[in-house]
Amino acid sequence: MLARGLVKRYKEVLAVDHVDLEVRAGDVYGFLGPNGAGKTTTLRMALGLITPSEGTVELFGADPMRAGAAALHGVAGFVEAPRFYPYLSGRKNLELLAALDGDDARDRIDEVLDTVELAPRAKHRVGGYSHGMRQRLGIAAALLRRPRLLILDEPATGLDPAGMRDMRLLIRRLAQDGITVLLSSHQLPEVQELCDRVAIVNRGRIVYEGGLSDLRAQAGRGYGLRTDDDTRARQIASGLSDLEVGVDPHGALRVHGPEAAIGRLSVALGQAGVAILSLTPELATLEDLFFRLTEESA
Amino acid sequence: MSVAHASPAPIAAERPRARRPSTFTVLRWELRKLRSQKRTYLGLGIAVLLPLIFVLAQNLRSGHPHGGDIIYATYITRSGLATPVLILFWASAFFLPLIASLVAGDVVANEDANGTLKTILTRSVDRGQVIAAKVATAILYATAGALTMALVATVAGVASWGFHSVITFSGTIVSAPKGLLLIAAAYAFYLIPLAAVASIGVLLSTLTRNSAAAVVGTLAFTLLLALVKLIPGLEGAGPYLLTTQYQAWQGLLATPTDWAPILHSLWVSALYAGPALIAAYLIFLRRDVAGG
Ligand SMILES: Nc1ncnc2c1ncn2[C@@H]1O[C@H](COP(=O)(O)OP(=O)(O)OP(=O)(O)O)[C@@H](O)[C@H]1O
Ligand SMILES: [Mg+2]
Repeated sequence: MLARGLVKRYKEVLAVDHVDLEVRAGDVYGFLGPNGAGKTTTLRMALGLITPSEGTVELFGADPMRAGAAALHGVAGFVEAPRFYPYLSGRKNLELLAALDGDDARDRIDEVLDTVELAPRAKHRVGGYSHGMRQRLGIAAALLRRPRLLILDEPATGLDPAGMRDMRLLIRRLAQDGITVLLSSHQLPEVQELCDRVAIVNRGRIVYEGGLSDLRAQAGRGYGLRTDDDTRARQIASGLSDLEVGVDPHGALRVHGPEAAIGRLSVALGQAGVAILSLTPELATLEDLFFRLTEESA
Repeated sequence: MSVAHASPAPIAAERPRARRPSTFTVLRWELRKLRSQKRTYLGLGIAVLLPLIFVLAQNLRSGHPHGGDIIYATYITRSGLATPVLILFWASAFFLPLIASLVAGDVVANEDANGTLKTILTRSVDRGQVIAAKVATAILYATAGALTMALVATVAGVASWGFHSVITFSGTIVSAPKGLLLIAAAYAFYLIPLAAVASIGVLLSTLTRNSAAAVVGTLAFTLLLALVKLIPGLEGAGPYLLTTQYQAWQGLLATPTDWAPILHSLWVSALYAGPALIAAYLIFLRRDVAGG
């Protein structure tokens, strides 16, 4: 999937502001952003549900606005909560969608119902399904299309912890099967766990695009530091380049910087006779960067 | 999700061939959805009840059968075949357009409100196919409504007053089988303006995205048209109003058959339905599907 210069304007709101995205085959691509960032709007344009005010989308080289349903060949997914006909059973809903897919989608109904563990409830009307069941039916409906590109808009929203875990495992398995996944989320841990490339969007603009590892490098690493003389340690640390030092709300020292600088700090502390009691890497820094990226530009 | 289980056949196999389902497939599923919804039976219920109530009322006051508003009503007890004629006479201006608009006004807006439009528009069918199937569904439902009403009226009428020769509007007596044929033809020709009503309903359904507004709007449209004729100075517009075409079928029940109003209704109805359908198609093709 390729998006170039996507813009979507609603009367007063610039929902999506010149977004460029490139999801390559095999990517598990995270599309991160806070509420109202424009994730869903971008994905709607990707699926041809709404017309971009400017810019183009290509799905395997075809523009969904021009080529219509033909462009969606090999593409499946949903934006926001998946919706079904409440007066039809889960299976009937899938039969309907399989009929609209053509090909042999119908033969896969049992398989996808098993995959999302909905087979026992398939005969019941969707109107009586819980939120999580509908979400799973949404995944099943997408898998019917045997997609090469799966577009999921916050699929874990509203799921219980087990449901979230299952959703992540499923996404990982699908990715292993070779499906390219475009996953929107406002949950950093989810994206961290699943994705290899990310775009961070805020107020309709892309504020970061690239590999997750590059983002980590950019974020640097944070460490919690305990010594026998925190005041001295702090002085020493602030004298070193590439290193930021601060105090967390509990009064403990926090240093932030690339590994090389941390190494230099430990040597310097040793030379100064300050004993290091513990130096523990913190994983929250990506989150800090995320907040920084999305709050700075706000 | 059965991630822990042995994974079923890999889902991401080679790219399947692109094959677009036919519009007929889409229509079949539209009709299935229609059959599964309770509200579908509301309109059909009206189509069944109206003639039954009518026949019952006539039976109850059979002592003095000359109380009808129109002269033709005086023939009601002489042949059961007069019943479907009178029913069409009365239902053509309001009840049958009501039945038609119940589904036509709902057919797009309902999916809009439920968010299922996005579900079906991300499959392998084009928007043009979806709207075409929905228009066909609305027209088929209107047809089913008229057909139900005709059947119930004929059966109830014949059961009450027998299968006898019947008088036409011009006073000629026709045999019962020929009368039956004329009645079938009358209902069939009435479907022409009714299809135009359904088309307008689908347009409003697409435009307003709101079932109730579209149903009421369609009815308001035909009721307002009927009033136009009554505005001084606009009497001349009569022949070009859709509502006037509701009565064109009466030409069939004249001897000799008066084809002029029927042919006229054909093109006047097309003049209403055509632009409505083109507009509905274009709007549906371009619109943003952001609900749900
Ligand atoms: N149909 C619409 N009409 C008007 N404004 C809209 C419409 N859809 C989205 N917007 C606006 O566009 C902006 C982006 O919305 P969008 O739904 O894409 O955000 P999001 O990133 O998906 O947020 P969330 O995490 O809450 O789902 C918001 O300010 C929203 O109010
Ligand atoms: Mg969203």
